[in-house]
Amino acid sequence: MNNLDPRDELVTHLPALRAFALSLTRNRASADDMMQDTVLKAWTNMDKFEPGTNMRAWLFTILRNNFYTSRRKLNREVADVDNAFSDTLAVKPDHDGRLQMMDFKHAFDLLPDEQREALILVGASGFTYDEAAETCGVAPGTIKSRVNRARAKLTELLKLEEDEAMELTDTATTAVVGNIEVPSR
Amino acid sequence: MTSRDAPKKARIAKYIDESLKQVFSELEADTMPDQITDLLSVLRAQDDALKGKK
Repeated sequence: MNNLDPRDELVTHLPALRAFALSLTRNRASADDMMQDTVLKAWTNMDKFEPGTNMRAWLFTILRNNFYTSRRKLNREVADVDNAFSDTLAVKPDHDGRLQMMDFKHAFDLLPDEQREALILVGASGFTYDEAAETCGVAPGTIKSRVNRARAKLTELLKLEEDEAMELTDTATTAVVGNIEVPSR
Repeated sequence: MTSRDAPKKARIAKYIDESLKQVFSELEADTMPDQITDLLSVLRAQDDALKGKK
């Protein structure tokens, strides 16, 4: 059981909330504005949060609602993207690994918003299909379908079905997951 | 999908999820923007002021 004050707990979720905002908007200024709005709404409506439930899911839901509401208001099909997501490049294990991670980020950027968010929630944030479905206001089956379509699209874009590609990417993945340190250039 | 494709599909899904986690953790490690830390300071100060009044 989490004994943190809900407002202190909120602060612990901010890095993940920002990562989610950046992956949705792909624009730093928009992501930060949306985060500001989300923090303000969550803080002032903290009495509506049920202790013991998933605060991260609650915060992601508020942020996601802000994102789609503002997008509808602006009547934009295509977001104003500044590649905040794909330009994020920390130290990578090796040259091949870095190139492959760039390819991965660019391919990820090409996915439709709904598939991108489903994959982020389930694949990166560790949400269950049910939690992701609740966050997105759809049925769990819809989330499964979006995740499957997103994986299929990435597989196609990155040519992961080809044995050679998987051998190369596996090397990169092993290095990434193994946290191998690389001297800075 | 045949049963022979299943391990490959699983490997691909694992690769995608692990790459995503790597990207997501890079984004999480980004410095929190001033506008958010400033907002938190204001909200905490407001809360403290309210508690002081009670």
